[in-house]
Amino acid sequence: MTKIDTSRPETVLPTPSHTVGPFYGYALPFPGGGDIAPVGHPDTITLQGRVYDGEGVPLPDAFLELWGPAPDGTVPTTDGSLRRDPATGGYLGRNGVEFTGWGRVQTDAGGHWYARTLRPGARGNSAPYLSVCVFARGLLVHLFTRIYLPGDDAALAADPLLARLDAGRRDTLIARADGAGTYRFDIRLQGEGETVFLEFQ
Amino acid sequence: MTLTQHDIDQEIAAEHAAYDKRVADGAPVEHHPRRDYAPYRSSVLRHPKQPPVTIDVTQDPELVELSSPAFGERDITEIDNDLTRHHRGEPIGERITVSGRLLDRDGRPVRGQLVEIWQANAAGRYAHQREQHDAPLDPNFTGVGRTLTDDSGFYRFTTIQPGPYPWRNHVNAWRPAHIHFSVFGTAFTQRLVTQMYFPNDPLFPYDPILQSVTDDAARQRLVATYDHSLSVPEFSLGYHWDIVLDGPAATWLEEGR
Repeated sequence: MTKIDTSRPETVLPTPSHTVGPFYGYALPFPGGGDIAPVGHPDTITLQGRVYDGEGVPLPDAFLELWGPAPDGTVPTTDGSLRRDPATGGYLGRNGVEFTGWGRVQTDAGGHWYARTLRPGARGNSAPYLSVCVFARGLLVHLFTRIYLPGDDAALAADPLLARLDAGRRDTLIARADGAGTYRFDIRLQGEGETVFLEFQ
Repeated sequence: MTLTQHDIDQEIAAEHAAYDKRVADGAPVEHHPRRDYAPYRSSVLRHPKQPPVTIDVTQDPELVELSSPAFGERDITEIDNDLTRHHRGEPIGERITVSGRLLDRDGRPVRGQLVEIWQANAAGRYAHQREQHDAPLDPNFTGVGRTLTDDSGFYRFTTIQPGPYPWRNHVNAWRPAHIHFSVFGTAFTQRLVTQMYFPNDPLFPYDPILQSVTDDAARQRLVATYDHSLSVPEFSLGYHWDIVLDGPAATWLEEGR
């Protein structure tokens, strides 16, 4: 069953998702995973927040992937997010110059995550946002959400996704300004203030 | 109250029966687990109660989720896909070769994308600080690998057959041997993290994580096939496992790739 016959499209069916489990921590996270912004770039923003479960307890075993466009709205096509050292096999880290647009950050023991990236530009009909994919022990299928930034009320009001949500739920997708270029975005997996999660079709 | 395997078996059976009834009543086949699958206890407080908000990607081809992060040769080293060569000595255990194709829902190969794996060692222990199972660590095996798919969408790893291991979902809970996979597609919407199993493992029916995939055919797609043509003479046994990514892709981007 695990050799897929691509000449028969009806047999090309998706591989099911599974949880990342508790032990991804020595495999997937990498040093500088959240340092997505090139060093000293003037459009750098800092994002931070916590991930909570249905009882409001922060998750120490979750990670996020962030994916967003450059400030001019273009999609990065640059590799090098997790550059390796061919001599030692270790991580070299990002080169601090190129913008790959993608990062992976894990929560710490207090459920806290942070990332520095570039302020996303607008694309298509949407207000500027970063795409977020959430993974955790206990989560059988990852969850997609978005981080919109506050400030441009007209753009947010015109966003096709935000316009479909009632006010309370809509606000779960908009980060809170927390000082110059710094934003807070908490993710609540369940219960009161549950974050809006997305399914693409 | 102590939760036994018998309790979990009954919950698993009830979930299967409920799924069979849904399908019999006309509901669509479910290729993925439901996030609220109580036999896997860790899911109880970690699944959303609200239904997801659907986004019709055909309404806006500019959605950033329709593109994917890029990975390249500088993100891997030559031996990253050979987990038996990451230390000075040879790891203990049965060497295996695991290979297959990364495909999209239309059966097209996904080329040049990142495949990451992690796994327990031959004794069933992860090289992770929080791992509490007292099976021996292997100083010559970490259990982490990565590679890029080739021009036909193939990936290939050389590693050690992982062992099954106990966990604390319920009393006497054991995970069947598996390798964790994390893969990217041509669109971020196709992102997938999953686990590959080995054929004929007697632990399958007892494992609430595997059984969270309630559709029998879908569950079979998580099990690799022994493939003698992948076995390397005097070296390793071969397993073939194709991966099909779900989620919409920007097909118009694929032309000419």
